[in-house]
Amino acid sequence: MAVVSMTVNGKPVSVETEDRTLLVYFLREQLRLTGTHIGCDTSQCGACVVHVDGKAVKSCSMFAVQAEGAQVTTIEGLAKDGKLHPVQEAFRENHGLQCGFCTPGMIMTAVDMIRRKPNLDRETIRHELEGNICRCTGYHNIVSSIEDAAKRMGGAS
Amino acid sequence: MITYPFNYKRAKSVAEAETLLKGSPDAKLLAGGQTLIAAMKMRLANPSDLIDISGIKELSYIRVSGDAVTIGAATTHAEVATSAEVARAIPALAYLASLIGDPAVRHKGTLGGSVANNDPAADYPAAVLGLGATIKTSRRSITADDFFTGMFSTALEDGEIVTEVSFPIPQKASYKKFPNPASRYAMAGVFVARTKSGVRVAVTGAGPCVFRVPAMEAALAKGFSPDAISGIAIDADGLNSDIHGSAEYRAHLVGVMAKRAVAEAA
Repeated sequence: MAVVSMTVNGKPVSVETEDRTLLVYFLREQLRLTGTHIGCDTSQCGACVVHVDGKAVKSCSMFAVQAEGAQVTTIEGLAKDGKLHPVQEAFRENHGLQCGFCTPGMIMTAVDMIRRKPNLDRETIRHELEGNICRCTGYHNIVSSIEDAAKRMGGAS
Repeated sequence: MITYPFNYKRAKSVAEAETLLKGSPDAKLLAGGQTLIAAMKMRLANPSDLIDISGIKELSYIRVSGDAVTIGAATTHAEVATSAEVARAIPALAYLASLIGDPAVRHKGTLGGSVANNDPAADYPAAVLGLGATIKTSRRSITADDFFTGMFSTALEDGEIVTEVSFPIPQKASYKKFPNPASRYAMAGVFVARTKSGVRVAVTGAGPCVFRVPAMEAALAKGFSPDAISGIAIDADGLNSDIHGSAEYRAHLVGVMAKRAVAEAA
């Protein structure tokens, strides 16, 4: 057991946890931020994607202790002052979700994707979604949502 | 899934990591963790300690000189895939890195971790062997031909740490991979390089360990075209056979991928 300190969605946290605690369990069970989902738990599905120091990572595949001192952003940290992030807004308007289970990971992946590649076409979006699985197979509208979000954001994240 | 318990230690330098490794015989190095953590969650690996080397600054760099691209072991796949310098010097290497896993995995996974793990279907070993790279460790330099010794096994000794890989810049190179549609690991991936000292052909995914194809190399040295290797059959004996494809299928794929790589590098 050790105290792990990091900044999560802009707030500093210091919580005692086991060395073997995965970041996703730390967020969900210790910080009660249950927006980050556990789908496959084997790093295939991407439901657990969060940003660590600005980069998308699978929080089921790193330990909380590795994020010591890091800036972590989860789906709960995207909306600001009651206003949805443009990617969230685009998912809502384009019906980019069906059951919604994969959505937090899809959105966190999309924000990261738009940051890295501001000019996205549909084929690129599909390739970039390699690590995110939607078991409703609702990819068509997810791709449309991300395409729309990238346009709304005008290349800036 | 929860791993067995272990002690986490963060090393600030290669020297400190070596000392920590000496102190605990069942310790393992943690770099990107994109293979190791999955194995630990499946309880296939049970290290007593994890020594995290991912934050060691001296292991994260890309240097391009006149004749080589040298990459620190803790450099991530994303950094290699998006490096303009790598793309200019050895475009096939940047392209190969862009095919590993998915964007989130590439943000964590490292070059050193990939070569030290030597997964039979990993991409990097194909570039390391195909370009005739040199692996530098905390103790010595090892040529690619001596480094990969078998399935998940390398010439690394206990406590030895990969610090960088130096890739000679070829005249031209190409990597063609037929990915497993689910995992994106290579069913067969072929790296072909034309260098001053000859042609090298390295194959990953098809066998238990990355390997060269001397018959193709000799044929391509005489005439560098897809036709030059169209008559060369790969022996399926000893190749991987699983639910995704038989050894015969993989042997055939090697020929197809090799021809595509040669066509691109011609």
